[in-house]
Amino acid sequence: MELLVASATGVMTAVGIYLLLRARTFPVILGLTFLTYAVNLFLFAMGRLTINQPPVISALAAGYADPLPQALVLTAIVISFGMTALIVVLALRGFLESGTDAVDLDLPDDGDPGKSVASGDKARLPS
Amino acid sequence: MNLWLIPLIPFFAAALPPLTIRSGRNVCAAVTGTATLLAMALLLSHAPAVYRGEIVQARLDWLPQIGLSFSFFIDGLGLFFAAMILGIGLLVIVYARYYLSSSDPMGRFYAYLLLFQGAMVGVVLSDNILLLLVFWELTSLTSFLLIGYWRHLPEARQGARMALVVTGGGGLALIAGMLMLGNIAGSYDLSVILQRGDLIKASPLYLPMLLLVLGGAFTKSAQFPFHFWLPHAMAAPTPVSAYLHSATMVKAGIFLLARLWPVLAGTEAWFLIVAPVGLVTMLVAAWIAIFKDDLKGLLAFSTVSHLGLMTMLLGFGTPMAAVAAVFHILNHATFKAALFMGAGIIDHEAGTRDIRRLGGLMMLMPITATLVLIASASMAGIPLFNGFLSKELMLEEALKTSYAGMPWLVPVMAGLATLFSVAYSARLAVRVFFGPKRHDYPSHPHDPPVGMWGPVAFLVVLVVAIGLLPALIAGPIVERTALAVIGGPLPSYYLAIWHGVTPALLVSMGALAGGAALFLAYRQINEIRLSLPRPDAKTLFDRAIEWLVAGANWSIARSHTGSLQLYFVIIVAAVVVLAAGGFWTASHGLGTRPVLPMSLPAVVAWLALVVASLAAVLRHHDRVFALVLTSVVGLVVSLVFLQFSAPDLALTQISVDVVTTVLLLLSLNLLPKTTPREGTPLLRWRDAGIATVAGLGVAGLVYAVMTRGFETISAYHLEQSKPGGGGTNVVNVILVDFRGFDTFGEIIVLGIAALAIFALLDHPFGRASARRLASIRFAEEARDAHPLMLVVATRALLPLALTVGVYIFLRGHNLPGGGFIAGLVVAMALIMQYMASGYVWANARARIDSTAMIGAGIVIAGLTGIGSWVFGRPFLTSSFDYFSLPLVGQFELATAMAFDLGVFLAVVGAVLLSLSQISRVQQRAERSPVTDHPMDIVLDTDPAVVKEA
Repeated sequence: MELLVASATGVMTAVGIYLLLRARTFPVILGLTFLTYAVNLFLFAMGRLTINQPPVISALAAGYADPLPQALVLTAIVISFGMTALIVVLALRGFLESGTDAVDLDLPDDGDPGKSVASGDKARLPS
Repeated sequence: MNLWLIPLIPFFAAALPPLTIRSGRNVCAAVTGTATLLAMALLLSHAPAVYRGEIVQARLDWLPQIGLSFSFFIDGLGLFFAAMILGIGLLVIVYARYYLSSSDPMGRFYAYLLLFQGAMVGVVLSDNILLLLVFWELTSLTSFLLIGYWRHLPEARQGARMALVVTGGGGLALIAGMLMLGNIAGSYDLSVILQRGDLIKASPLYLPMLLLVLGGAFTKSAQFPFHFWLPHAMAAPTPVSAYLHSATMVKAGIFLLARLWPVLAGTEAWFLIVAPVGLVTMLVAAWIAIFKDDLKGLLAFSTVSHLGLMTMLLGFGTPMAAVAAVFHILNHATFKAALFMGAGIIDHEAGTRDIRRLGGLMMLMPITATLVLIASASMAGIPLFNGFLSKELMLEEALKTSYAGMPWLVPVMAGLATLFSVAYSARLAVRVFFGPKRHDYPSHPHDPPVGMWGPVAFLVVLVVAIGLLPALIAGPIVERTALAVIGGPLPSYYLAIWHGVTPALLVSMGALAGGAALFLAYRQINEIRLSLPRPDAKTLFDRAIEWLVAGANWSIARSHTGSLQLYFVIIVAAVVVLAAGGFWTASHGLGTRPVLPMSLPAVVAWLALVVASLAAVLRHHDRVFALVLTSVVGLVVSLVFLQFSAPDLALTQISVDVVTTVLLLLSLNLLPKTTPREGTPLLRWRDAGIATVAGLGVAGLVYAVMTRGFETISAYHLEQSKPGGGGTNVVNVILVDFRGFDTFGEIIVLGIAALAIFALLDHPFGRASARRLASIRFAEEARDAHPLMLVVATRALLPLALTVGVYIFLRGHNLPGGGFIAGLVVAMALIMQYMASGYVWANARARIDSTAMIGAGIVIAGLTGIGSWVFGRPFLTSSFDYFSLPLVGQFELATAMAFDLGVFLAVVGAVLLSLSQISRVQQRAERSPVTDHPMDIVLDTDPAVVKEA
């Protein structure tokens, strides 16, 4: 079982990173979702795997799974929803504003930060 | 106690001059002077104690974690410098009142001056070297303001900037040096550090620390090769020059050398570095001063030269040389401040301070002339004036010093420097005041009002008095100060005019004669000098700055390309490389923990996950399909949670997945439906390579962890869940009780994210985006946007879903469920209404504002936490009890439930707000407004509706 969980985490990480490196916003968002799955599973696995021992106190229980990673992952899942929603909206607004959903917008020539600093400071340098 | 007030009074009083300037310049100056007097009085009230040999201390912790304390102490050295700073400050304040013209903003001037004064006093009284650094930086900043006071003059701005760059750069070195010093000594308290000289000198870090501290001191005190900023700072108004560049700012470096003398001096490195730097500075600056035509330029280089003299004396490292240095600090402050103010008077009255255009002023302004002549005689080291005495002491020490096996080197160079100082003093005195009376002055020079020459006269009286009666007037001060510098017994010496015919006196006489000769041969020597190439420090400085700027631009252009995609690659690749490095340098055995046996359903689920993931990569250009594949993966993940004893996680994961999928579908409605194929295959393979390596690493890491045993801290949570938290679902108890504060933070973050979404989408769209929004055509629009079946089903489901939500919420404390999951379920039920019936219909029926719901959730959770304060318990302490009601039976109520209610509301609000905002944007893009009537199941017989239906 451990091998299955470990390899699944690895596959989701790889897919997440590959999609994260794409040039358009939507694959990046999907990549982030994959990475979130992988990270949550990773955190969860730190508590090791146990079957049929949910951390609910009961007189009949033979043992309990580690509840702490579960609590951490639970909030992580909810927060990741907040993050995904925010990025989706950023991507949406960006698309509506610029007309493209490319991750890298083409900067205009004078938008080069290096150039503008150079010309600006040269004027102020003592002669 | 009132020790803190001494540096703080000038800081607080700095607000007054700009306020009182409306009442006139006299009031303004009087207020400034009063503040300085007050600080001076407080300082002097401690003088008796200090002169009894005590050290007055005041301590207040500021940031004890890093060793920073707001503590001050007064000993002989601190008292001496603080008195000099405040005393000369007072004279400068009086002088500036008459010097500044009515068009100069005087309020601002005095405000800067007071800020500077406070910073300087702070430097010399700090008992904590970190506090000292704070004040040290403040002197750099405030002197920048003072030097650039005439901001309309380009040379003032350039001079101020140069001073800031040089002294600020030195300040950075000093910070590093001081941190090292504190580290070596084990304390940042100066009084402790001063006791640990041997420890510090023996440390292997002594040399780098020394170099860094000296970097700070040398730049501040304009030592060669950092001397060039001081002459350019002369663009400041003369009161500033008199204050900063004679007695205070440039003396800060000297102060630091003197302050740390007991712990730093006396080693070979100290002598080999500090003494020659001082010697070369003294000689080179004196030489340059001879040829300066600008009075203030001449005085500036003379100041540099005298600072070099003091540095050299401190660098000798002998107690007697330190005594001489202290004495010279006092003498130099008196005559140099007098000379600067005198030069200011000449400039003010004659309209020029160019030596070539001056002459014969003795007749026109006799008072000023007399005062300046006496001060320059002291500068030249002529007997009967105080400059002579300390110069004799210096020469005596120089004659005793042998450098690098050459006993003649230091005496000869010191003698030459003395000779040069005679020459420039003579040039100043003779060319300005003697010679024929000139009539070509820009204005008609005459003696200024007493307010201007009074301060000069006061200083000149000191020059003469110390010169005549050194032991009586300056003796105790020098003794007490030198004791503090040396930190041990004083050498035997006596201050007197006549020591008999000593070698020093002979050198002195020779220098007087030589200097006079040099002055007479000035023209010839100047011609020779002009024919030789001379490096111009300012050009070099400007070029260096230009290179720096060009280098910075180059590196920005190379590294800051603006491509987020590239940054991502670099970040991920860097993480992969770092992790791989860690992997290769560690052992990689497999763990011994027994693994669980595989089951067929598990393998099937695993296959589904892997196939869906890989298909998502291959087919991600079809966005809707990729989204479907992603939700398959999400489903398998929630099954994993379910399988491995995490029912809460499974519930949360599946409900979040539903919400996320809806959200992405909504956004896909507006975004392009396909991703174009971009980039070269090579780039894709590069990304695939990085991703594969990272995936393999993560898989290996997880497997390695899972096959090893571990110790958990959860035993406590499992044990205390029921008796302490009153619930049997440990995960929920952890969320709302044990780690409730974390959860509180989580819901706040969630709320902020939702509000950010609201802000992003509620803001009116600009012209371009509105046009884009309007031009979106839904290619495959459903014939029936709001199918009746869906509408009816969702409405029928709503009460059911809400009941399920309440049920999940209520049982959460004891069984899988809770606020998070219940919130998601309820939010889904409501979102379904938006999906089925459209935004307009649903929004019109939404009774509760979702932003208000977020706020209410956070407030309820917060109030629950604060509630425990009422019972004298810490924030978020929970309590519970059992109650019984007829019909219901016995049940439990816990405060944690109220907290969970807050969580519930915040989650519902956040989810609803984000999804409804996106669907609202979409609604704008719909071609025609959706009429809600056909979808409504209307039971009344409104004829209009009936007809339409």
